[in-house]
Amino acid sequence: MSVMTIVQAINNALDIMLEEDKTVVVYGEDVGVEGGVFRVTEGLQKKHGEERVFDTPIAESAIVGAGLGMALSGLRPVVELQFDGFTYPAFNQIISNVSRMNNRSRGMYKVPMVIRFPYGGGINALEHHSESPEALYAHIPGLKVVIPSTPHDAKGLLIAAIESNDPVVFMEPKRIYRAIKQEVADGKFSIPIGKAKVLTEGTDVTVVAFGAMIRECQKAIVMAKEAGISVELIDLRTIYPIDRETITESIKKTGRFVIVAEANESFSVGAELMAIANEEAFLYLEAPPKRVMGFDTIVPLAKGEPLYMITPDRIFYEIERTVKF
Amino acid sequence: MIFDDFDPREDKVFRIIGNEGEVLHKEFLPELDDETIVKAYKSMLYARVADNMAVSFQRQGRMFTYPLNNGHEAIHIAAGMIMRDEDWLAPAFRELGVMLAKGVSLKEIFLYYMGNEEGSNFKKANHVLPICISIGSQFLHATGIGYSIKYQKKDEVVFPFIGDGGTSEGDFSEALNFGGVWKVPVVYTIQNNQYAISVPVHRQTKSINLAVKSYGFGIPGIKVDGNDFFAMYVAYKVAHEYARAGKGAVLIEALTYRKGAHTTSDDPSKYRTKEEEQEWDKTDPVKRLKKYIDNKGIWKEDEDKLIEEFKITIENQFVEAEEHTAYHLDDVFKHMYVDMPDDLKRQKANYEQFLTWKENRK
Repeated sequence: MSVMTIVQAINNALDIMLEEDKTVVVYGEDVGVEGGVFRVTEGLQKKHGEERVFDTPIAESAIVGAGLGMALSGLRPVVELQFDGFTYPAFNQIISNVSRMNNRSRGMYKVPMVIRFPYGGGINALEHHSESPEALYAHIPGLKVVIPSTPHDAKGLLIAAIESNDPVVFMEPKRIYRAIKQEVADGKFSIPIGKAKVLTEGTDVTVVAFGAMIRECQKAIVMAKEAGISVELIDLRTIYPIDRETITESIKKTGRFVIVAEANESFSVGAELMAIANEEAFLYLEAPPKRVMGFDTIVPLAKGEPLYMITPDRIFYEIERTVKF
Repeated sequence: MIFDDFDPREDKVFRIIGNEGEVLHKEFLPELDDETIVKAYKSMLYARVADNMAVSFQRQGRMFTYPLNNGHEAIHIAAGMIMRDEDWLAPAFRELGVMLAKGVSLKEIFLYYMGNEEGSNFKKANHVLPICISIGSQFLHATGIGYSIKYQKKDEVVFPFIGDGGTSEGDFSEALNFGGVWKVPVVYTIQNNQYAISVPVHRQTKSINLAVKSYGFGIPGIKVDGNDFFAMYVAYKVAHEYARAGKGAVLIEALTYRKGAHTTSDDPSKYRTKEEEQEWDKTDPVKRLKKYIDNKGIWKEDEDKLIEEFKITIENQFVEAEEHTAYHLDDVFKHMYVDMPDDLKRQKANYEQFLTWKENRK
C-alpha cells in the first residue's frame, strides 16, 4: 500500500499498464516532456521512452482521430485532452468514428482506446476550464464514461478502462486531483466499469453523486446527521453503463432520492437518474426526487463561480426538504 | 512588395534593425517622425510594465491565472499603430498591447483575470472580440467578419492573432482556406513565440516556417522578425494596404520569444534552459527599439521616472478593477440569452429561496 493522491494514482495506473502491455501508448498536449499541465504523466516519458509517451501538436481532433487509427491496428492508446472545454474540437471524431467503429465494421474493428481529461469547476480557472460535459459523452452510443472520486477508484477504474475493448471516456475531477490522499494497493488491480459503490449506508434518503461532488456530499451528510437524517450515499463511478440495480435498490429502501452533480441540470445525467427512479421505483417514492445541479448557464469565472458551484449547505437544504416533504 | 522580396518558401526573414538598434536595411525603414517612434516605444514600455505588474498582482493573490505577454510588445504596438478604430481585432489570449492600443482598458483586462466576465465587455474599444481561449477558433470568426465587410462594402480590415501552437488546429487551416477562396480583407498574424506551453515549435510542425503555410491556401505570407518594431510596422502597413485595396488576405508570421511562462501556472524551467532564454534576451524588442532611439539621440526623458508614472497609472487601474461592483446572482444568468427562458428564471428563483433559508439559519 502507498498513500496517493488521484494524480499519483492515475500516474501509477498508467505506469503499470505501460510496463505490462507494450501496445499501450500515452500521448497528448504537454504530456511528454512536461508530464502534463497537472503533472499526471510526470516521469512516464523518461521511464517508457518517447515512442510510447509523447507530446503532440495542439489538435484535439487529430489526437483522438489518430488514436482511433492506432486502436484499430493493434495499439491501446490512452490519450489526454488537456481540459474539459478543449475536448470539443475532438467531438466529431468521438461521436462519428470512435464510438461507432465497432458497430460500423460489424465487430471487425474494435477500439480499445481511453480518452482522459480533467473536468469540473471550483478551481478559479480561466474560461473553458471548468466544465462538466459527462452528459454529452454519456449520450453517445458506443462509449463508456467513467468518473472516479478517490485515488483507489481512479487507479482501478483506469486500469479497467485501458483493458476495455470498448472506447472509454475517463473524466478526472481536477478539483480533487490533490485534495484527497488515500492508501492505494500497489501493483495491478482493476475495478469493474459499470458498478456504483455505496459509500455510506443510510435509511432516510438516497443521494447519488460522482467525482468532486462526493466530497461535498460527505460534508452535507455530517450536517444531515446533526439534523437526525440518515443518508445513503452512492458514488456512481461509471456514468455509462449506469448501475440501475444499485440505485434502484437504495431508492426502494429509503423512498427518497436526491441527485448531486455540478453539470447543467437540463438534459443531464441527473435527468437520466430521475428516469431510473420513475421507471424502477415509482411506487416506492415518498417524495419527488430532487436534483441539486448546476444552473443551465456557463460556469461563471472565478468571481461568480461560488454562486454556481454546489455547496454542502445547498445539498443539505435539498436533503432536508426532501425528507420533510 | 516585401511579400515577394522575403519569400518564406526560401525561409527569408524580414528585418530592418538589428539587436543593437543598428539599421540593417535603410531602404525599408518606415518614414516615421521621431515623436511617433518615441510614442511607440513608450507604448511598448507601458505594455511591458503592465504585464510585469499583472504577474505580481497574481502572485499577491489579487488576480487569478494570467498569460504573460513579455516579449511580444513590438508585434502588438506595431499592429495597434496600423489598426484604425473601425478595423477589427480577434485576439487569442496574448495580445495585451494590441488590445490596449485598440482602446481596451487595463481595468477591463484586470477585471477579466480577476474572474469577472464584465472584463470582456470593452466599453470604449470598437470592434474588439473577447479574449479567445479555445485555441484557433478566432481565426474562423475573423474570416467570417472579413466576408461580412466585403459583402457590406465597408472599408475595414480584420486582425486575428494565433500562437505557433494554434497553427496545428484544424481551424487555422480552415480559416486560411476560406480566407483565400473568399479573398477577405484579413491580416492573419501568427505570434511564433517558440513554445505552446512546453512544446517547442519544431515539435509542432515539420514545416520550414509557419509563414510558408499561406502558400498552400493561395495567399501571400511573410516571416517577420517580431522583435523588430520597424519590420512589424512595415509588414502591417503593407498588409493593411493590400487588404484595403481588395487584394485579399495575407499571413504574417511574427518571430518572437515568450520570455515568461505560458501562464502564471506554468514553470518553463521544466522544458527549457536558462541559456536559451538568455540567448533570446539579446533580441528583446523593447531594449532593441530603445537602443535605436539612443543611437539617434531622439529622446532625453528620464525613463525610470516614466516607469514610476506608469506604475501609478497601472496600480490605479488595478484598484479600480478590484473595487468593481460585486458579482451578483443576476450576473450568472442575465447574458445567457437575449430572451431568458422560463427554466432559467425558475432555477434562479429556487436558488434565491435557498439563499433566504441560508440567511435565516444564521
